Amino acid sequence: MITAENAAHFPRVSKSPEPPDVRLQGVTKRFEDVLAVDELTLEIPRGSFFALLGPSGCGKTTTLRMIGGFEDPSEGRILLGDHDVTGLPSYKRDVNTVFQSYALFPHLDVFENVAFGLKRRKVAKAEIAKRAREMLAIVGLEGMDRRKPRQLSGGQQQRVALARALVNHPRVLLLDEPLGALDLKLRKQMQLELKRIQHEVGITFVHVTHDQEEAMTMADSIAVMSRGRIEQLGGPTELYERPRTAFVAGFLGVSNLLGGTVTTSGAVRVDGTGEIRVDAPLPPAGTRVQVGVRPEKLRLDDSAANSVSGTVVERAYIGVATQYVVDTPAGRLTVFVQSSGTAAEGDAVRVSWDPESTFVLEEAS
Amino acid sequence: MAFVHRHKGLVPYLLLLPGLGFLALFFVVPAYYLAHTSLQTGSLDAGYAFTWAWENYTDAISTYHEQLTRSLVYAGIATAIALAVSYPLAYWIAFRGGRWKTLFLLIVIAPFFVTYLIRTLAWQNILSDNGPVVEVLRAIGVLDDGERLLATSTAVVAGITYNFLPFMALPLYASLEQIDERLIEAAEDLYASRLQAFLRVTLPLSLPGVVAGTLLTFIPAAGDFVNAELLGTPREAMIGNVIQSKFLVITDYGQAAALSFVLMAAILALVLAYTRALGADRLAEAR
Repeated sequence: MITAENAAHFPRVSKSPEPPDVRLQGVTKRFEDVLAVDELTLEIPRGSFFALLGPSGCGKTTTLRMIGGFEDPSEGRILLGDHDVTGLPSYKRDVNTVFQSYALFPHLDVFENVAFGLKRRKVAKAEIAKRAREMLAIVGLEGMDRRKPRQLSGGQQQRVALARALVNHPRVLLLDEPLGALDLKLRKQMQLELKRIQHEVGITFVHVTHDQEEAMTMADSIAVMSRGRIEQLGGPTELYERPRTAFVAGFLGVSNLLGGTVTTSGAVRVDGTGEIRVDAPLPPAGTRVQVGVRPEKLRLDDSAANSVSGTVVERAYIGVATQYVVDTPAGRLTVFVQSSGTAAEGDAVRVSWDPESTFVLEEAS
Repeated sequence: MAFVHRHKGLVPYLLLLPGLGFLALFFVVPAYYLAHTSLQTGSLDAGYAFTWAWENYTDAISTYHEQLTRSLVYAGIATAIALAVSYPLAYWIAFRGGRWKTLFLLIVIAPFFVTYLIRTLAWQNILSDNGPVVEVLRAIGVLDDGERLLATSTAVVAGITYNFLPFMALPLYASLEQIDERLIEAAEDLYASRLQAFLRVTLPLSLPGVVAGTLLTFIPAAGDFVNAELLGTPREAMIGNVIQSKFLVITDYGQAAALSFVLMAAILALVLAYTRALGADRLAEAR
């Protein structure tokens, strides 16, 4: 829907020489004696779709609210581009927010909601009308100008909230659990749509969510947060295939973790069974580690380099795959097999996987 | 019960019945008798007769237009002051009251635990010539030595304002309390300063409370006679005082009833003009 004419409003950003759109430097936030955000340092590159992912209470929303100017950090600095905005009120920040409950103005119609920011910035009337209409077209709400928010469905309200924020062409768009109030089907659809819109407008999106699948679908990079800190930051593939902590491995999907010790030959001796090979950098020999492998990377045969034997204790058809639970001397493994599989409960099986599919976590002691 | 089950559409009307019955009994019936009385002539000794005495109305207006106007002006001023005082109060309780909200509300309505009459008598003391208020005002030179507060229009308006303040504060609080604070954050997020956010979001969303509060204050205030009686003199007499003395002292029931209807009509006209000006018919829609 981006045309040559309105493309000028959304210049594609060149990523390298410019400063990052958002920088947090040692940001800490305390509420009375609760530490919500703990010395967070973070850079969000221009034009990226960035997700803050974590369970409730991990500090992700507080971080977002500090970027938006709704909370002041107790310590540290926040920069937008080269501009230090620490302590600036939200109306002086080149940032707009899509609120969790949308926070549409109930007494204003769709057009007035979308035009709100431009009016406060004293944009000329004709320009406001043009930009608001363009933005309503981008989010697929043409002809809804005169509706009141309560006359719209949840999905439509969500689009108005998005249009109301994006029409101002902020440097950064903040999204606070934007899809939380939608039903599953609509959520999936909006995930792809948000991604498309972000691509069209080229604005940096910072997206807060507790839904790992949502973050993985939309974001270019994800910061997984826990207890006010970033556990790991990286692209979706990296986080999924090479989680560095047990928290990240557990938060992003199911994983099998086996305790073991690094050997002198550069492998890991798994407790209760033999050595397995790992295609990842290892800590020094003798270190206690956990090796992990995702259920869908496991095979119920002997074809891959690492294998253990065990007994099927549970078999369940879960639609896209069949889930097996296999008891092995190293521990209980969950296996997803694409075909329905032939093993039955009680059967002795071999479970195998490739060294490349294996990740290593240093054991927290 | 079976009847209700078979006629589900009737339930809303059944729910209306007690209220309708109450209104019929205690508003429509008395209003009819009052209207009937307002067209009667006569005296306590000679008896009263229904004579289509429309002159009761014309006489009432020509004789007492001054008190009628004064009532509306006093009530209007008192309502405006109550609004100016209550809005910040209600705003503060709604947005900053935290867990003490209930306590603050209790303090607002605390005067209601004392009888209306006693409260107004207390104001006689407060405003009396050697009372604390006059002393302070004299000390700072607002009042000259000979000037007084009691028995002035200021005293009457002050009394009305005080007595009806909770009727203003409570609806204001109720409407402000409902406003989602995220809306104010959203306004600030969209480059509105604190003041602009208030003017563009908080104020319009609190208008239903403003309308309810002003009506609940203005309407009883316009018909009040206790404050003018206790804090004023005949020079400050309001239409309520006239009606009261016509009914109870002079026993000119016809004219007293006619005056009541004139007052009702005046209030109705003002209220209609006011709600129309504020677009109150569209206010419900905003919610």
